[in-house]
Amino acid sequence: MDWVADFWIPLIKAVVVVLVLLLGGAYMTWGERKICARFQVRYGPNRAGPFGILQPLADAVKAIFKEEIVPNHVDKIIYVMAPGISFAAVLITFAVIPFGPEVDLFGQRVGLWVGDIEVGLLFLLAIAALGSYGIVLGGWSSNNKYSLLGALRAAAQMISYELILGISLLAVVLLAGSLNLREIVDFQGTWPLLVLQPLGFLIFLIAILAESNRSPFDLPETENELVSGFMTEYGGIKFALYFIAEYTAMVVNSAIVVTIFLGGWKWPALISDLHPLAGVGLFLAKVLFVLFLYVWIRASIPRVRFDKFMRFSWKFMLPLAFVNLLATAAVVAFL
Amino acid sequence: MLSDYNFIGIFVVVALIFPFIALGLAYLLRPKKPNPVKTETYECGLETIGETWVRFRAQYYIYALVFVVFDIEAAFLFPWAVAYDQVGLWALAEAFLFLGILTVGLVYAWRKGALRWQ
Repeated sequence: MDWVADFWIPLIKAVVVVLVLLLGGAYMTWGERKICARFQVRYGPNRAGPFGILQPLADAVKAIFKEEIVPNHVDKIIYVMAPGISFAAVLITFAVIPFGPEVDLFGQRVGLWVGDIEVGLLFLLAIAALGSYGIVLGGWSSNNKYSLLGALRAAAQMISYELILGISLLAVVLLAGSLNLREIVDFQGTWPLLVLQPLGFLIFLIAILAESNRSPFDLPETENELVSGFMTEYGGIKFALYFIAEYTAMVVNSAIVVTIFLGGWKWPALISDLHPLAGVGLFLAKVLFVLFLYVWIRASIPRVRFDKFMRFSWKFMLPLAFVNLLATAAVVAFL
Repeated sequence: MLSDYNFIGIFVVVALIFPFIALGLAYLLRPKKPNPVKTETYECGLETIGETWVRFRAQYYIYALVFVVFDIEAAFLFPWAVAYDQVGLWALAEAFLFLGILTVGLVYAWRKGALRWQ
């Protein structure tokens, strides 16, 4: 066994990727508060450091030192585990996403991805689905009616939109002819898939917003009707874990959108042959853009009602995703 | 290729360690002074009334049932989509047939009112 190539490099890659994701998630909380504030003509956090840049750090310290209250009637083991499940699932989702080409770093040939597996897309869908366990178990174990309602809503919403997610991705697989995410990125060498699949992109974007419980689809945690939904009974570090899981999920989901529809680290048609690390920069820039889109949507669109939301899923989005899939199949067959 | 699964395994272990570190660190550092009032269920600030773990509406269950059907169908379609290039027009016809049958199922569920949220 080649220890350097088979153990140390993957380990270093894993640690670096996890740390970057954590940092990204933490700063996404800051970014969202800041951007949302500007949308509402406020300043947002501006006390901790210049532009409030140390706010996530302060929040983390606060969360760690908070007394933790485990309410009397909770299902204790599940109650403690649930935020961890939520958080770990989000991190693991990133394992198959390529964020750059192969580069020479310190005399080693290193692919800028964690794992390059043939069934990458299926892995992605499978692990993303695990994230809902964290929320459902947390809401269930809390022994609180609002949390239970939030958990049920989360379950119903996530299964409905997971389906749409999968079917909109099928059209992509059809075009790229592979489930391997690196090959899907390579397929987008000249044009990003957004150009070939505009409808698929829109469906995917809505589905992934719903899947990650983001506004306007944050029904499992509606403050005004369910207090805080599945995390009402959580406090201290467990609440922080849920919170950072949600924001890291935003980062990871943006990376997924970028990888599948916006061409990953590839430059659009005309520009090519830049330094490979420039590709990583481009990937980050695209991710930041999608993240901004997330916040923009949150700041602009009011929350939808749950029954309308479910109706929209099953009676509009699902047939639309089918039509998109069959149309793509027909076009591919006859061209 | 197989070693890539090992890499993912390493990544999974690293990813699982972080929540443990966070929870462990907080466990060591935080104060622990529970009292009966503090550990009451918070809910919405008022005293809770009645059981929580009761029967809930069947609608969620029906959605789950419909979901299982369509999710398995999506799982079947992934290999189809990958091999689409090699199979050609037959694959298209088969997909239309397959999705046609499922659409009948969706329409049935729809007509039966399974997708209606009363």
